[in-house]
Amino acid sequence: MSDQNTLSRRGFFMKMGILFNGLVATALAVPVVGFLLSSITRGLANAYLSWVPLGPINDFPEGETRLATFRNPYVTPTDGKTVETACWVRRVEGEQFQVFAINCAHLGCPVRWFPQSGLFMCPCHGGAYYRDGSRASGPPERGLFEYPYKVQDGMVTIQAGELPTPGSPTASLFGNRPPYGPRNELVSIESKLSASSGTNALLRKTKTWA
Amino acid sequence: MIGQIAQWFDHRLQLAAPIRDAAEHPVPRNTASWFYVFGSAALTVFLLQLVTGILLALIYVPSASEAWSSLQALNHDVTLGWFIRAMHGWGSNFMVAIVLIHMVQVFLFGAYKFPRELTWIVGVFLLLMTLGMAFTGQVLRFDQDAYWGLGIGASIASRVPIAGPIIVKLMLGGPIIAGATLSRFFALHVFVIPGMLIGFVCLHLLMVLKLGINEWPMPGRLVKRATYENEYHQLTRKDGAPFVPYAIWKDLFFAAFILLAVAACALYFGPFGPTGRPDPTIIQTAPKPDYFFLWLYGLLSYLPPSMETPALLIGPVVAIGFLVLMPFLSGEGEKSWRRRPIAVLTVLLIAITLGTLTHLAGYTPWSPHMNAWSGDPVPEKFLHGSTALQRQGALVFQGKQCRNCHSIGESGGQRGPALDSVAVRLTQDQLIRQVIQGGGNMPAYGKNLSPAETTALVAFLETLHPRTQAPARDAARDMVLGEEQDRRQDSQR
Repeated sequence: MSDQNTLSRRGFFMKMGILFNGLVATALAVPVVGFLLSSITRGLANAYLSWVPLGPINDFPEGETRLATFRNPYVTPTDGKTVETACWVRRVEGEQFQVFAINCAHLGCPVRWFPQSGLFMCPCHGGAYYRDGSRASGPPERGLFEYPYKVQDGMVTIQAGELPTPGSPTASLFGNRPPYGPRNELVSIESKLSASSGTNALLRKTKTWA
Repeated sequence: MIGQIAQWFDHRLQLAAPIRDAAEHPVPRNTASWFYVFGSAALTVFLLQLVTGILLALIYVPSASEAWSSLQALNHDVTLGWFIRAMHGWGSNFMVAIVLIHMVQVFLFGAYKFPRELTWIVGVFLLLMTLGMAFTGQVLRFDQDAYWGLGIGASIASRVPIAGPIIVKLMLGGPIIAGATLSRFFALHVFVIPGMLIGFVCLHLLMVLKLGINEWPMPGRLVKRATYENEYHQLTRKDGAPFVPYAIWKDLFFAAFILLAVAACALYFGPFGPTGRPDPTIIQTAPKPDYFFLWLYGLLSYLPPSMETPALLIGPVVAIGFLVLMPFLSGEGEKSWRRRPIAVLTVLLIAITLGTLTHLAGYTPWSPHMNAWSGDPVPEKFLHGSTALQRQGALVFQGKQCRNCHSIGESGGQRGPALDSVAVRLTQDQLIRQVIQGGGNMPAYGKNLSPAETTALVAFLETLHPRTQAPARDAARDMVLGEEQDRRQDSQR
């Protein structure tokens, strides 16, 4: 190009070549991005969630909390043991259950149930939860994640399929309650009391209300 | 003959002259120092990681169902597989450590100042990639720690506002930690990050060659944009020496020493894990990160819940942003650490903080002890001359697993305070309140203890005070309830 203002024939072809490559790259980017984001798009369509059985209702005695395992509904050929998932099943009474995710609401470590002290405890950073899953102490900002459940033909069935994490839609779908606001009335009064330094007598009073 | 072959190649490659120029470029004499060997040591360990990594890839299977078994095969079946794994594992520890030392040295020697700002920024990215390699490598050791570590990563990522769940799906490659997760971490660890590392290392080295190594900082010799480059060239001309062989021999010795140290650790300590099978139904596990992330593990235990999400999301952005911006904030002026007390103190403060958190993460005082002590009887010395009620309380103390969190007689968890002298600190009423309602970090046990159990437990706790110190008493209560109360308390004792 001798003159910068005029477009020479070769300069024009070079620009057309760049433009052509840009168009092809954009076209190819569509499948590439689609491939990369496939795990997201599938999740947005809720394709991962489904109802899975945990076991016959009689496996879970009333008033107790038992460990149950289920197979994740979405499986790929190389998953191995990782699709087996554990959860805590609390049979409150009759057909009233609470099914807690094994993952601590803090950072996902496996919580363990201690029937003697009536607490779920996390081995990682010391989170603890009451028997109804509400937060007791430690770093978690909320109670344990709960799976929606139903009792069908004598089987306890839960809706599962995604790793419950503090910010996931799974969390808001499944029993996401405002922090420190557990569903059980008595405990909520108790925790409010313990937040302020209420007296012993006051606590006894609330207990008689309950 | 050899000379002729070499000439034949060089006639076609034309590389001998630029290589000779690079090797013999003059460096200030005072940079031929043992303080200047960490960059080349980091490069050496990186090369070691490349070689051992490729060797491991000959056997390793990046599949969630087989990775763990293939690591076992490396450890036990393949000849010297354990050694290559150990070299790679120890190599990663050394690499993180050396990169950090290199960074501290560069910072204290003011080497990030004009005109080496970009070298520093590329170095910051190299540090991030090194940490990325460390984390993804820990995932490839697909055991229990790796599995739950991914859960922790996902839980942190999920807290990003709005995009959180999307990032989690992208990170896991699916709805849960499974085969796709391991495959993508394999791709990151073996292709993506190493590729970027190689590119950035070349850029980093190129800039060191083009701009010259940072001269030994002299207190009072200030960097000015207008004059620095001239001064540096005069310095290398007047008081310079060719890098090869004048300075390089120290690099060579140190590199060999580091390789020997890695090999010695590998031989003596052996490979890391794998720990238990990555089976999510085995929940009797206390996952822990590798040592370079232990400080984070400790930090996450101590942050108050309300600060955690902001700290996790904003903290790294601020820290990285500050590192990147640093050469622009103080691109000129004093280089010597002798005249930069705040710089020295900052380094010390960060080092002590990280060191303390790492140390604490080694024995996790914040965590309830899951297995130990719950069944242990209360030591005899606490029961001498106790009443039936107090003994009943000791049984409650044992049965309700108070010692998962509290120690007594120096055995028990450290989550809560030791209770050996709790009666000195809390009155009877305060003890009852604390047991029933919890508070601080203690859960409320009101729903878990019958009134009789609470009475017995508190009666036992009231006996826990040194012989020379009286238990705490509520003076106001004594005034109001008078002697009757005193008599009742005495009869209880």
